[in-house]
Amino acid sequence: MTIAARGRDSILVLIAILAVWQAINLVGGDNLMTSPLATVQHAIDMMGQARFWPHLRETITAYLAALAIAVLGGVGFGVLLGAHRLTGDVAEPIFVALYSIPKVTLYPVILLAFGLGIQAKIAFGALHGIIPIVIFSLNAVRQINRTWLRTARTMSLTPLQTVRHVIIPATVPEIFSGLRVGAALTLLGTMLGELFASQRGLGFLLMTAIDLHDVKTIMAIALLITLFSVAMNTVMLTLDRRLHARF
Amino acid sequence: MTIDRTSVHAALAGVTRVYPARAGQQPVHALGPLDLELRHGEFFSVVGPSGCGKSTLLDVLSGLAPPSDGQASFEGKALGDNVPDGIGVVFQEDASFPWLTVGDNVAFGLRRRGTDPAEIRRRVDYALGFMGLLAFAQAYPAQLSGGMRQRVCIARTLVMQPRLILLDEPFGALDQQTRLLMGDELLRLWRETGATVMLITHALDEANLLSDRIGVMSARPGRFIAIVETGWSRDRDSTLAEDPRFGAVSSRLWSYLRPESLRALGQQVPAAAQSADPLMSAAQ
Repeated sequence: MTIAARGRDSILVLIAILAVWQAINLVGGDNLMTSPLATVQHAIDMMGQARFWPHLRETITAYLAALAIAVLGGVGFGVLLGAHRLTGDVAEPIFVALYSIPKVTLYPVILLAFGLGIQAKIAFGALHGIIPIVIFSLNAVRQINRTWLRTARTMSLTPLQTVRHVIIPATVPEIFSGLRVGAALTLLGTMLGELFASQRGLGFLLMTAIDLHDVKTIMAIALLITLFSVAMNTVMLTLDRRLHARF
Repeated sequence: MTIDRTSVHAALAGVTRVYPARAGQQPVHALGPLDLELRHGEFFSVVGPSGCGKSTLLDVLSGLAPPSDGQASFEGKALGDNVPDGIGVVFQEDASFPWLTVGDNVAFGLRRRGTDPAEIRRRVDYALGFMGLLAFAQAYPAQLSGGMRQRVCIARTLVMQPRLILLDEPFGALDQQTRLLMGDELLRLWRETGATVMLITHALDEANLLSDRIGVMSARPGRFIAIVETGWSRDRDSTLAEDPRFGAVSSRLWSYLRPESLRALGQQVPAAAQSADPLMSAAQ
């Protein structure tokens, strides 16, 4: 698909979403869903208030910290497990099993371990993101083309040169795919962490709005989070495609 | 410099290769014991039934894997677990790096070695030109056909100016026409560089066409059961297949190889194929 066609399709999808959204508002009224225009208006108003910003900062701080842990831990673990065949064979099914448990059931344990502050959100976000990054990194290293490594040996590369000029370029595209999935799941985990037993952050604002049945605020926060998430994923998907283009 | 074409360039003496036992399995005796002397500047091919240890032979002769027993040597020095300077290897699988352009792929080994950039450019341009890749220097391997990618790998080996070139079924994945043309290019490269070449192939006609001598290997554990001298002139090419002597050499190779191939398939060897003179049995 050409870039123009892809852009046109995206715009069509956006128009369809806005139309359905507007229609629900017309049928169900403002108590069910505020209209797109009113939602955007309210989101802008919210961002104009000073008390909004500490909440946003809290969410962003928690997300970035969780992401850093997930990326460093995930790539580190994954590469080590991938490099050692037996350990990788043992660890992979364990990680896949962990990946499939609904991690929200573990949240009470995390709260007990980390308390009610930002640490629990960070831990919960990192827990969501790290597993796909481990799995992708492990497979990237394990499935590296053996002929490339043999070629490096026939050219008498040092181990350091082999890592720098063969192993890294060969594994980066696959590891980046893991980062893309991991970044999205880290956001999910961080937001989930803010919904329960939290006193700050966008998730906290959202729960408060639900308690007050403040539909306008619920919709505005959902819109902001959606926009952030879509923007991040679009950038990462573009990079991901570019990295994979030559493989 | 004149090369003494009868002197030994690389040699295997009493070489065996045994892969150690894995959990719950027997060790695999893949190769030998075998002896081989490659002469300076000759084109030597190895044919043998599948699974006979041809690739293991290449690993030992290149220094990618040490022999379990016996001695491997190149230019008088013992080979161990390292590929020495002067040996170039081309693999059957596509070994081009997809993240580099064709030009960067070819320059790869020289850059790691720290060769002077002007010298790298000169050698890379020459190798690209020689392999007909100049127009594709900026292309990526994914944009090329399988045959072109194998040329990239040959060019990448060529720029290192190897004195011994080892090729492990480099044309195995190519169609028949491309194979014949690539064979001609390989002969041209061999004449131009003066290097010693050892080609591993499963195609008898290919071995016949390209080689000065052909080593026929037995079923696993592989040993040489015959060394066939073709006697072709140095400036041969694929039109040699029209020569009536060509068919005779191919039949002779097959008469040696047939019982071994049957053995490799786990079948009974017919009495006729076990006859003392393979030429006689081929004529029957």
